[in-house]
Parts: sequence; structure tokens; C-alpha cells
Amino acid sequence: MTDDQMKLDRRSLAKAGIALAATAAVGAAATAASTPAAAQASGGTIKVGILHSLSGTMAISETTLKDVMLMLIEQQNKKGGLLGKKLEAVVVDPASNWPLFAEKARQLISQDKVAAVFGCWTSVSRKSVLPVFEELNNILFYPVQYEGQECSKNVFYTGAAPNQQAIPAVDYLMQENGVKRWVLAGTDYVYPRTTNQILEAYLKTKGVAPDDIMINYTPFGHSDWQNIVASIKKFGSAGKKTAVVSTINGDANVPFYKELGNQGIKATDIPVVAFSVGEEELAGMDTKPLVGHLAAWNYFESVDNADNKAFIDAWHAFIKNPKRTTNDPMEAHYIGFNMWVKGCEKAGTTDPSKVIPAMIGVSVPNLSGGFSAMMPNHHITKPVLIGEIQADGMFNIVSQTPGLVVAQEWSPYVADTKDLIGDWRPPMSCGAFNVVTGKCGSGAKAG
Amino acid sequence: MRRISVLLLFVLLALVQPAFAQSAEEAYGLLGSGNFDQVRRGVETLAASGDARAATIIAALQNGKLFAATADHALYIKQDDGSFAAAATGKPAPDIAAGAVKPVRVNNAIRSAMDAALGALRLMAPDPATRAAAAEAVFHSHEPAALPALAKALAHETDPDVKLKLQQAQAAALLSSPDASEADRLAAVAVLADRGDQDSRSLLDGLSGQPPSVAQAAAAAIASIDRSLALWGILQSVYYGLSLGSVLLLAAAGLAITFGVMGVINMAHGEMVMIGAYTTFVVQQIIRASAPGLFGASLLIAVPMAFIVAGALGILIERSLIRWLYGRPLETLLATWGLSLVLQQVVRTIFGANNQDVGTPGWMGGSTMLGGITLTWNRNYIIIFAVLVLFALMAALRFTSLGLRMRAVTQNRRMAAAMGIRTPWIDALTFGLGSGVAGMAGVALSQIDNVSPNLGQSYIIDSFMVVVFGGVGNLWGTAVSALTLGIVNKFLEPVAGAVLGKIVVLVLLILFIQRKPRGLFPLKGRAVET
Repeated sequence: MTDDQMKLDRRSLAKAGIALAATAAVGAAATAASTPAAAQASGGTIKVGILHSLSGTMAISETTLKDVMLMLIEQQNKKGGLLGKKLEAVVVDPASNWPLFAEKARQLISQDKVAAVFGCWTSVSRKSVLPVFEELNNILFYPVQYEGQECSKNVFYTGAAPNQQAIPAVDYLMQENGVKRWVLAGTDYVYPRTTNQILEAYLKTKGVAPDDIMINYTPFGHSDWQNIVASIKKFGSAGKKTAVVSTINGDANVPFYKELGNQGIKATDIPVVAFSVGEEELAGMDTKPLVGHLAAWNYFESVDNADNKAFIDAWHAFIKNPKRTTNDPMEAHYIGFNMWVKGCEKAGTTDPSKVIPAMIGVSVPNLSGGFSAMMPNHHITKPVLIGEIQADGMFNIVSQTPGLVVAQEWSPYVADTKDLIGDWRPPMSCGAFNVVTGKCGSGAKAG
Repeated sequence: MRRISVLLLFVLLALVQPAFAQSAEEAYGLLGSGNFDQVRRGVETLAASGDARAATIIAALQNGKLFAATADHALYIKQDDGSFAAAATGKPAPDIAAGAVKPVRVNNAIRSAMDAALGALRLMAPDPATRAAAAEAVFHSHEPAALPALAKALAHETDPDVKLKLQQAQAAALLSSPDASEADRLAAVAVLADRGDQDSRSLLDGLSGQPPSVAQAAAAAIASIDRSLALWGILQSVYYGLSLGSVLLLAAAGLAITFGVMGVINMAHGEMVMIGAYTTFVVQQIIRASAPGLFGASLLIAVPMAFIVAGALGILIERSLIRWLYGRPLETLLATWGLSLVLQQVVRTIFGANNQDVGTPGWMGGSTMLGGITLTWNRNYIIIFAVLVLFALMAALRFTSLGLRMRAVTQNRRMAAAMGIRTPWIDALTFGLGSGVAGMAGVALSQIDNVSPNLGQSYIIDSFMVVVFGGVGNLWGTAVSALTLGIVNKFLEPVAGAVLGKIVVLVLLILFIQRKPRGLFPLKGRAVET
């Protein structure tokens, strides 16, 4: 099968998915209308697992997600719970320790008998719990943008795949700013390496010469950026418009941006587009020198609509601090949780083996003013937004994709995975189906 | 025939006057449209219109003070007192409520357009610094459209520095202009070659469609700029190394006391640094709330505060935990490591897991050029601070009575006790001194790193590395080793990459310790063996 036919297949798959989503939405509305009658029939609670680090390095990002889950569960209980039962949150702390994630996941599923788990941030923690979820056949909702190249039956990926974040951002810079030279800077681990591999292949298909791509990796928590920023400056002095695509993670961002400001690199000279910097990260920074640098997400707090305003107000009331920001992974949990609720209502039970097939096609409102649908590859449809950092630490949305983008779980730009698709509907029921050989590989295979 | 042409000229002149007004009018419409592309065109149109208010309006847009009415897109400028004035006339508009207008939003394309426009408009400003900045902005935009304005400004310019900048801007614009003569272009290349920085290199490298002689001259200029930049690059790396070394020295100085002098393997050392950084945050919060005028001095106030807070905590830790564990290094290691986790979690519970925003006072931001190297001010101050801390610490150990007692106790505990020194208190004070110095390091690190509960973790390994490499118990050794490690790191990084560079440094260090287990400057004498 040629590449073109492949694309066609993906597209028709997407169309089928959207049609499915539409019918499912109607169906789900019907079930939702009929549930109140069945409500209050039985006692007991439904347990929901929350697997986010509350201590250690990742606590900075993950604690907020635990709080937002508690808020969503509280809200759902005020609306009458799920299937006539109250929801009960079971919070565990895997302490930013990857093997402990697997242990805690096993505890949640076998001991606490949770109906679903919402959790993980880093890809390595997700990879660590994946075998547990597959073995015990439970559900994980994973809310963070990631590198793709994975499609498990038991995981619902509510964060962005690379084509829902990285590639539209690069397209924006290419078209709007005429960028010709690229610095791909990242922290040295699986997400930046895979994303940069995909981006490098993508840029080459767009005619960018290998000399015009510079790739740089730094360790976790890197704090001395002086000569890396200087070398970026030097790379940018070749007479072509240059941009930095940053997959720098977590704590390393603050010193990186500070150094950019100190060396006087302005967004109008060399813009930096980041995939891991959101409102939460900017909250600890003086953003004045950063005005104009970009971030690509599927949600920004500054999205201007009634749903988002209600969400932000509820969040401020729940956390009792009007200064706390909202961010993209929080929206992903909002979507994921609502999808799970709908999926359970559609299946009429919280039994994971029945909920998993029912999830496909479920469609719920997202916070950027539209609907997101769960596709057969267990990823969701999302709009892509590009924002510029403003002096107040919020993002000024400068571009938005006209429609929703369907996730490509297997990148078509990587030779090993370009023929793979994931489709968990019977009869295929496969996370890594090779359309050339017609065989089904392992769904959890790394890229 | 001539009459007709004269007539035509008159018609044209008559048209030009309203055309000015009309283009300003059009620019106002574009600026209020709310569409990024149109706002950018609005900025360009307004700058070209010759409208007297152009500079004021564009400056207001740059500072986020330009507002458009939601109803009719009319433009208003927000005044310092919060009221609005009509943008076109500058007259106050008291009946405009804050809710009826929205700020005009900008993106990077508009920001570039504003820089270029303001540059061209301010070339004749009365203040020489403004003129120099304007010339720099025109240099960056190198729009041929600015050439007439540049020529006019050059004719009037008297300040030699500004004149040079104007000539450079003119050269940049000339090279981008399609109809400059070959001789002009060659002269322009020469001007840029003289300037000789990365921006000129970038400009020369980006030239296209030049006559062969000009292209040749540009290539030669690029080669010469590259040669001089390579030389400066070495000096720049030395500077980066010194600045990394000064950070390492600050982080390790406290440990050189607690581990080096007292021999306590203190894994909670990093947390003392972290607590110093949080003290800075708290001091700044108080200043922001009660005396915003003092903000520039907030770091100077934070230094003694951090010393006191971290030092007091150190004394508390020594009295409650460490004194029970002297002579049992393994237990000390485990206990202090546990303590570091406790301290992290306590801070996380009090302040939250998020990074805290520690502000940078104005005098610490930005950078300056020394020849071809960029010196960033915050790094310069940290280098100075590190040197000051080192000398203060040495002086304290050598010239104060407390220092004398500390040295006496560490050299021969029993003899010191026999002389009437209360050794337990000296232990506590020594540990407090080491912790206090770590707290002061936290003030400096808050300027370059995250203020989060994890701050200390990233420095603990490096600190031990510095102290061991330098020779335990020797402050000079610590200083030399910090600077050596910093410079080696910065020279390896561009060659091997940041990740591999760190590994190489670690391997070299292990080999060195194999050869010289006591580090660079081992202490000599009988006291060492105890």
C-alpha cells in the first residue's frame, strides 16, 4: 500500500469515527435521560483511583491534577453520582518514583477495587504502570501530551499526540514567521527524543536542510544554560529566521527562560515554542522578558467562553485561591472524567471490560468551545491552539486550528511505525495493526 | 504639454494632502480591527502616513495601553491615571468606561513592525540614547524604506556614537535595497565587517541577489567575523566556566564547613540552600506588601535574613539530631537524608509544590558587552558575591575568637575541652555557620534557578564533588576545585553535549580521586589522622 492510500485510510477512519461519535452522543444523551429512574436503587460507592505524585520532583505538576480530580468527583456527586451511586476518590502517592507507580496501581486495582484510574504524568511512569493495567484489565486515563507511538487497550490518552501539538506549532512558525532554521532543544528522555525524531523527519519532508536543524539535549533539572543559549544565538546568526522548538521539561525551564532574557534574545529575534510550559510553570516566573515566546496546547486558561469561565470559577472556589491557574492537563482530566462518566452510563455498569468498548465514540464538550470525541485508537480529537506569553503570565491565543485534529498514535514520519494503526473496535481490536503485512503487533511497543 | 504636466503636478499635490489624512484614517481603522494581520498593516500604514500622533499611538500599542472600543472600534489611549484619551486627537474621553474598550492585542509580527516603525520615527529624538536605540532597531529591521529618514538623521547627527550606529543601520538598509549602486554596497559590507558582531554576520549571511563582487566581499567579511568570534568564544567559555564555578563555590562553601571541617556527611545541606531561597521569597513578599520602594534592595536584606534563618535551623538540627550521631558516618548519612526529605515536604506543605516567583531587581537584569563577550549582570553579581562569601568565611575562621575555637575543636577536641572550650556549643555553632552560608547561597541561587522544594537536590551531589575534589577541610581547595570544575564543564559542554559532558567530568573526577584520594589540596599534619 502506498503512502497516499494510507493517508486516505486514516482519513476515512477519522470520518467513520466522527460519525460514530455523533451517533454515540445522541445515544448517550438518551441513556443519561433514563438513568435518574434507575438512580438511588442501590447503595455503596464507586471507587475512582487517583495516581498522581504528591511528593518528589513531579509533585509540582501532578498535585494540581489530583486536586482537579477531587473537584470533578465532588461535582459529579452533587449531580447525583454515577449510576445511582456516589463516587469515592482513592488517592495514592507514588512519590515521583517510577517503580512505585506500578506498585500503587496494583494496589488501587486489586485492593481498593477501583473502577478506573486517573493518573501519571511522565511517559516513564505510564510505561511502568502499563503492564499492570493490561494484566488486571482496568482503565487508565492519561492526561498529558506525550510522544505517541503507543496504543494500549487499557489506556485512554486524553493528552495530545505529537500531531495534535508539535506539528501544528511547527507549521505555524513556518507559515506565519517564515522560520527556516530550527533548534530542537529537549530534556534527555523518551518524550523529547521521540518528538524530536518525528519533528526532524517532518521538517525534512518540508525541505529543511539537515544543516538547518540543531538538536540539543540536556539532563533533567539542568540549570546552567549560558553556553547553550549562546550557541542557539550563534546558530540563529546564519541569516535565516530561526526558532527554538522546546521539549525542555519541568524545572529546567525557569533557568532556560531566565538566561534567554539575560542574553537579550527576544521573541521577535528567535521565538521559542514550548510544549511543556503552561500557565502553571509561568506562575513561578517573571514573564516580562518572555513576552511573545510561544506555547502550543489544546487549551489555555485565556480561552474566552462560558464553559471555561464556569470551570475556572469552580476551580478557584474549590481550591480557595483565586490566583491558581488552570492548564491543559487539567482540561484533559475534565474531558477524560466526563467521557468515563458517559461511557459508564452507556455501558450501564462500571465494569472495565464493558466500559472499555463503550468508551469509543463517546463525545463530551471540551473547554475550548467544542466537543472532543474518543476515537477507536483510544485517543481523543482536539483543537490545537498556539499562544504567545503575555506580561501577566497568561497566553494570548494567536492561532487555532479551524477544526478538530484526530490523533495519530503511530507517527507516519517514523519509518518503523508509518504502516501501523490502532483500532480497538472488533473485529480488528488491535493497538498496532500493520496495514502492509496485515498483522497485529504489540500495542505497547515503544517507537 | 508643459502646462498639462504642471496641471497634473498640481492635481497630484492636491491629492497627496488628503491621501495623508486618509492613510492615517485607514490606519486607525486597521488598528481597531482586532485581526493580527490588519493591525500589523495598520502599524506600517500609520508609520508611513506622517501623522503627528503616529509615534505616540505606536508607543501606546507597544506598552499595551492602546484600547479599541468594542462598539465602533474607535481607538483610545489609557492614561497613567486610568482614564482614556482619544488616540487620534489626544483629547480626554471621560465618558469611556473601562468595560466598553478592549486592549488591542499584538503578536510577534506586530511587535517587529512596531520596533521598526518606532525606530524610524525616533531617529531624530532629542535624547542620544533614544536615537541610538532607534538606529539599532532600524539596523535589525533593515527596511530600505527607512533610507531617506536615515540620510536626514545622519545629516543632523553630532554625537559620534550615534552617528556610527546610524551608518551601520544605513549600511544594513542599503544592502537590502534593490536599487543601491555596487560601490554603495561594497562600502556597506565594509561598515558591517567593522561592526563585526553576530548580528552583522547574520545580516551578511542572509544576503541574496547581490552582484558578484559584493557577494565576494560579504563572504570575506563573514570569514573574518567568524575568526574573531571564535577567539572571543574561548574567552566567553572561560567566563561561563567562572560563573558556573562561582555557583558551585557558593553551594559548596557551607558544606566545606559542615563536611570539610566537622566531618558530618550532611545530606540535608541542599535543603539549607533551599530554605535560604525561600527566605528570599518571603522577604520579597513582605517588601512587596509593605514597602515596594525597597524592592531594589530586597536581595541585600535577604542575605543576612537567610543566614540567620538557615543558621538557626542548622543549630537546631545539630542539637536535636546530629550530636547523637558523631563518629557514626553511615547513620549520619541516613538520618540527614531522611531529614532532607522531611524538610522538602514541610516546605511543600507550607508554600505548595509550585515554583515561587522570586523577582529580579532591575540592577541585576540584562547584560553588557566587553569586547566580544556578553557579561550578564546577574552572573557578574553572583561571581562577586561568591568571592565575598569565601573571604568572609576565611576571615571568620582566622580572625574571630569563634573561628579560633572552631579550629581548636576540630584539630584536637580533648585538648580544646581541657582549655575550657565548651566543645558541644562550638559544634553547634560551626554547624550553624555552615548552614547559614548555605542559606546565603540560596539567595544567590534564587536568581538563576527555580525556587521550588527540589532546589537543594540538584546541588547536593555537585557540592560533595567540589569539596572532595578540592581536599576536605580546605577552603582554598574548595574555591579552586569549584572554578576548575566549572571551567572544565563549560569547555566540554559544546563538544560533548550537556549530558555526556557531565559524565566525562564525573569519570575524570573518579580517576583523579583514585590517584590522589585526599583531593587537590590535602590537609597535612597530625590532626588529619584523628
